[in-house]
Amino acid sequence: MSRENSNSVGAFADDRGGFGTVSESSLSRLDRVRRLLDLWIAAPLRVIWNDARARIGTFLVVTFVLVGVVGPWLVAEPRVGQAGLLVGPFQGGIVGGSWYELSSATVAGVSVPWVALNWPLGTDNVGRGILEQVVHATPRMLTMIASAGLFVTVLGTTVGAVSGYVGGNVDQGLSTVVDIVLTLPGLPLLLILVALLQPENPIVLGIILSLQGWAGMARAIRSQVLTLRSTSYVEAARAMGLSTPAIVAKEIVPNIMPFVMINMVNAMRNVIFASVGLYFLGLLPFNKVVNWGVMLQLAYSNGGMLTLDAAHWLIVPMVSIVLLSMGLILFAQGMDRVFNPRVRARHSSTAGDDDEAEDAEFNTPTTSVGGGL
Amino acid sequence: MYEYFVKRTGQAIFTAFVVITLSFGLVRLMPGNPADQLRGQLIRNNPDLSQQEINRRVENYINIDYSAPLHEQYLDYVAGILRGDLGRSISQNAPVSEILGQALPWTVFAFSVAILLMFAVGIALGAIMAYQEGTRFDVSTTGIGIVLNSTPNYVTALLFLYVFGFTLGWFPTSGHISSQVVPVVNPLRPVATFQFVADAVYHASLLIAAVVITGFGGVALAMRGNSIQVLGEDYLRVARLRGLSDTRIALRYVARNAILPMYTGLLLAFGGVIGGSAILEQVFTYPGLGYYIVAAVEGRDYPLMMGGFVLITLAVVVGAFIADLTYGLVDPRVTTGGDGS
Repeated sequence: MSRENSNSVGAFADDRGGFGTVSESSLSRLDRVRRLLDLWIAAPLRVIWNDARARIGTFLVVTFVLVGVVGPWLVAEPRVGQAGLLVGPFQGGIVGGSWYELSSATVAGVSVPWVALNWPLGTDNVGRGILEQVVHATPRMLTMIASAGLFVTVLGTTVGAVSGYVGGNVDQGLSTVVDIVLTLPGLPLLLILVALLQPENPIVLGIILSLQGWAGMARAIRSQVLTLRSTSYVEAARAMGLSTPAIVAKEIVPNIMPFVMINMVNAMRNVIFASVGLYFLGLLPFNKVVNWGVMLQLAYSNGGMLTLDAAHWLIVPMVSIVLLSMGLILFAQGMDRVFNPRVRARHSSTAGDDDEAEDAEFNTPTTSVGGGL
Repeated sequence: MYEYFVKRTGQAIFTAFVVITLSFGLVRLMPGNPADQLRGQLIRNNPDLSQQEINRRVENYINIDYSAPLHEQYLDYVAGILRGDLGRSISQNAPVSEILGQALPWTVFAFSVAILLMFAVGIALGAIMAYQEGTRFDVSTTGIGIVLNSTPNYVTALLFLYVFGFTLGWFPTSGHISSQVVPVVNPLRPVATFQFVADAVYHASLLIAAVVITGFGGVALAMRGNSIQVLGEDYLRVARLRGLSDTRIALRYVARNAILPMYTGLLLAFGGVIGGSAILEQVFTYPGLGYYIVAAVEGRDYPLMMGGFVLITLAVVVGAFIADLTYGLVDPRVTTGGDGS
């Protein structure tokens, strides 16, 4: 409901001439801004807040972004020998241990109470803090994931949309390419490419690792575009003489957004798995770069497997990987509901028909999650 | 159907051709030219070889004669692969085809068992979840499925290795069979054969468990979604009104329609999982295809590396080809031309 509402709001704004006699009452500028805010910010937030999965996913993703952006300033850089070797997590007990210190810090000339952390998650076998390593690895991880997501989305939607919209020989050719890329087994190719190029830059690494990810999205988008092209409302919009960009923005994009989100998140997840795996195998160059995979590798090869002393060294990066990828998946599922107009309508205050399909929300099939790596 | 067959065969051949070309290009583009590297290595190890002998050896190893013009190099390379000649491994000093030929059955064995188990568990669980949609069982299983699905299989593998391999000592931590077991598969010697198979399963069990545990969640969620969709169809209501038994409805109507779309997923999973075998086999020191590829990349053993890549890729291409051709057998709608364009 709210989506149709938004279209009419937008149409009033953009469409001069056209069918100007639809409504007598016009919205003031303030009203229009308020409605747009409500539509694009408040309603999605309400949807997210009312769905447990979306809430957890958003929380995890936001936390990781915060850790990636602010973390490196708050947490000391991991250095060899900054603490004792193989210190356990929460040294001295969770409460009253020596892993935290109540002190004070000066913020803008005012002294405020502050908690200083001393290697709360323990240290590795050369005395580097585990938490410190995890935190300092996060920015590169996020850069890599973001570049992979962007690359996959741009290439996947472009190829899929062109292929579905243009059709004919172009479609045939692009589909063949997509099929070939889909059948190539990813990891062996990545192993070789990575050995060949030795990428250090996280952006480049993200793109290399997602070289296959776009194909799945292209296929999904293509079939969606094929279906959408012939729907009556798109034909109607075309008959009304709306420009192609307008049709794409208002009719096509909201419909393919869930597919974009799911495929993008899947690609991101695969990039996380692949990069950590390759770092674990020691095939990606790292000299001073900390990475969760490098941590896993070091913990694995330095006896983390054999003694309980080093268990935290192995488990902390594992938990980070799982939480990040889980956060992304849940976030994407939550976004699925944000883009679903029926769910949104229930949470939108401006479009006030709340009695619409109370249980429709529960019947929307859950988005399926792809197989393993 | 005939037209589709021709088209699909053409596509498979074209894909194989692209893969081989890609591998040729990759070898040629390798930094520090593998042929020169190899030549240097040979000269260092055997100083009394003549230039000609060295050239011949290099060609023998990497299947590419760098002195010939590019198109001849390419044709020779393709012809070599078609004859099954993948060159000679530098680090193992044996023909690549031999090494990979020995490794391949182990990878195929371990991962087929793993994937079939994963799908069996996932499908059964997904169907139960769909029937009990909205119950506490459904909600909690969905949650567990998402968590397990967010875990890379090598993380689970490391944990299993740590807990069951090293700490508890219940399972072996490396290798594919015990050293004292003789590998025989012979119906005339059932005891030895059984011992061998049991030992192989025992050695692969942690690897299989790691794949199944991390993979079944995704399968179950997909199956749940499909089943719920089928459960809402009109023909199901008709079937109930006709008074068909619940078992018949569950198996012939719901299960069949819900599983069909996952058939291609199964075969794609094979490609993905076997492709991802490298890391798992490394963790368990399980000498399969992936293990050798990683070893080759680490040791810059170009012939073994490219051979492994070509072999895995061709295996996946053939697998996908067979899948697409047999899909008609599983789903009659394709053969009758319902929507099988």
